[in-house]
Amino acid sequence: MSTLDLIYALLKGLEVTLVLTVLSMILGFVLAFVAGLGRLSKYKIVRTISAIYVEVIRGTSLLVQLFWIYFALPILGIRLPAMAAGILALGLNSGAYGSEIVRSSILSVPEGQNEAGIALNMTRFQRMWRIIMPQAFVMMLPGFGNLQIELLKGTALVSLITLADLTYQANVLNASTLETTKIFGILLIMYYLIAWPMTKGIRWLENRLTVGRY
Amino acid sequence: MKPMFSYKKVSKSYDELEVLKEVDLDIEQGEKVALIGPSGSGKTTFARLLMTLEEPTSGVIEVDGEPLWHEKKNGTLVKASEKHLRSMRGNIGMVFQHFHLFKHMTVLQNVMEAPVTVLGFSKDKAMELSKSMLDKVGLADKLEEYPANLSGGQKQRVAIARALVMKPKIMIFDEPTSALDPELVGEVLEVIKEIAKEGDMAMLLITHEMDFARDIADRVVFFDEGKIVEQGSPEKIFNQPETPRLQAFLDRFNSR
Amino acid sequence: MWDWNFTISILPEILSALKITVLATVTSFFFALILGLILTMLSRVRIKSIAMITRKFIDFVRNTPLLVQLYFIFYVFPQYGVALEPFTAGVIGLGMHYSTYLSEVYRGGIEAIPEGQWEAAKALNFDRANTWTKIILPQAIPPIIPVLGNYLIVMFKETPLLSAITLVEILQTAKTIGANSFRYLEAFTIVGVLFLLLSYPSSRLIRSLELRLNKNR
Repeated sequence: MSTLDLIYALLKGLEVTLVLTVLSMILGFVLAFVAGLGRLSKYKIVRTISAIYVEVIRGTSLLVQLFWIYFALPILGIRLPAMAAGILALGLNSGAYGSEIVRSSILSVPEGQNEAGIALNMTRFQRMWRIIMPQAFVMMLPGFGNLQIELLKGTALVSLITLADLTYQANVLNASTLETTKIFGILLIMYYLIAWPMTKGIRWLENRLTVGRY
Repeated sequence: MKPMFSYKKVSKSYDELEVLKEVDLDIEQGEKVALIGPSGSGKTTFARLLMTLEEPTSGVIEVDGEPLWHEKKNGTLVKASEKHLRSMRGNIGMVFQHFHLFKHMTVLQNVMEAPVTVLGFSKDKAMELSKSMLDKVGLADKLEEYPANLSGGQKQRVAIARALVMKPKIMIFDEPTSALDPELVGEVLEVIKEIAKEGDMAMLLITHEMDFARDIADRVVFFDEGKIVEQGSPEKIFNQPETPRLQAFLDRFNSR
Repeated sequence: MWDWNFTISILPEILSALKITVLATVTSFFFALILGLILTMLSRVRIKSIAMITRKFIDFVRNTPLLVQLYFIFYVFPQYGVALEPFTAGVIGLGMHYSTYLSEVYRGGIEAIPEGQWEAAKALNFDRANTWTKIILPQAIPPIIPVLGNYLIVMFKETPLLSAITLVEILQTAKTIGANSFRYLEAFTIVGVLFLLLSYPSSRLIRSLELRLNKNR
């Protein structure tokens, strides 16, 4: 097969990789905020539940989680299609790491900002959403940028639960053509090319939000 | 006449350290009270209790006869709920030593924020009010700047406008010029003086600027080691201090 | 649902595979420590092209999946006559991937050293090797030890990926048990719990080390 044919064959997996990345990114983003704010809640029960979620996910391994959700969960009566299992595992994982970014960014907003909000008689909710969060969000961006790259890299694991992403296609091709060096070389470059605009995009957003202000 | 603000045997401790020891103080409507004293004497804590930034360990603070940190439930005083605190805080405003401007908002947005979100004013009304307030502190030409691009003196004047626009009954100034370069102190003091002249808003002013305290205060209160040691008119406090501790404190200031 | 007898019966097999997991972790970590330092040095050399290529290499490795890198090493090398054992390929892949992360950590540690230290070394006429080994590294390394420790845990949690290149570590063992008995629940849960039991206390330990270190400064 020519190099171009190999690229075409590999690209069949691109859609799965991208869909997986975007959907689990969204899930991870939501979970990151829910759990990150949960860990700062004034209710102990909310703090405990968030902490358990974060520590269990961070204490185990993405591939183990993926296998557990895909292979073990059906025994408990929950059978997920490979795509859903992939999104769930990647989203849960990304959310747990993201929650630490959310939490630490919120904590790094100086207490004086909160006090100024109190002095202006703002409610807890108003202080969080109008004052603390917009400032914390800017600080979260670099961390989230790195997290998205880790997430993209993590999507390669779904090939191990038979989901036909880029890496899966490479394995199929490798078995049928034996052009191993080329196939995996091209595959690596493809991932690099997907990661590239993600890094740039986050940096662009960061610049836009900080210019002239800090 | 009943005082507007009243501290009754108010104490505050952090673990072992007692920073305020059963302090009593009344402030009348529109009265300008200056708090002086060495650092660590409890002045700032005293003011922060009124702003509800910190909770007293014991004692009661009353605003217009109503307890600030407590509310009556079935005839007994219990710890105030957030709702009660919110209903009381509207009476009180504060200007911080380190300004605490909202860094992600422009000057105008900083001032407009609370009228819109807290008082529920329309954007137009809030903007009009905020602009006139910023005009008053001499910053009408800086509306669209972000705090990072302002000098310390300008920042503090924005902070004053931001607090003023909420029309509190008392304004706390916590060392408003201590974080400023010396050449910027004057512009901020000038603004505070203007506001003081206007009338019926009370002021609680923590300061190390003795001349300034003498100028605007109706009463000067000297704090030391968590207690009010001496208080009276500026003339009395600065010209005829009675206690040796106040004398020593003033001597140290004059010799600088 | 959950079968305790079955759980107990498969536990010894999984635990014995833990040896491979730990061995792979430790070996890869040491490889990453050394390669990471080399990468840091190379990215700082005065010959611009070498520094540039090193930085591109770091960037590339960091931004592509470890799993694909493992495949590359495991499947490509034999094509050129170098057949690698799964363990060796795994250690090279895992170690190389994280060496790029560690090189960033080293860089941070080195950049935290005040300019004056370099100048002092120069003023005392230290040569380059001595400046690095006697002045810079002894100051740069201790503060980053907790961060390095965290990466040890991260790498430990990444070892299940080596099952994809047929290394029989704990996940692979669990998968085989699951496939033979059609009971995946117990086997995979044991693996998850093992990871949690080993990594959570370790990260707590590192956290307290970090706090102590920061207090002393």
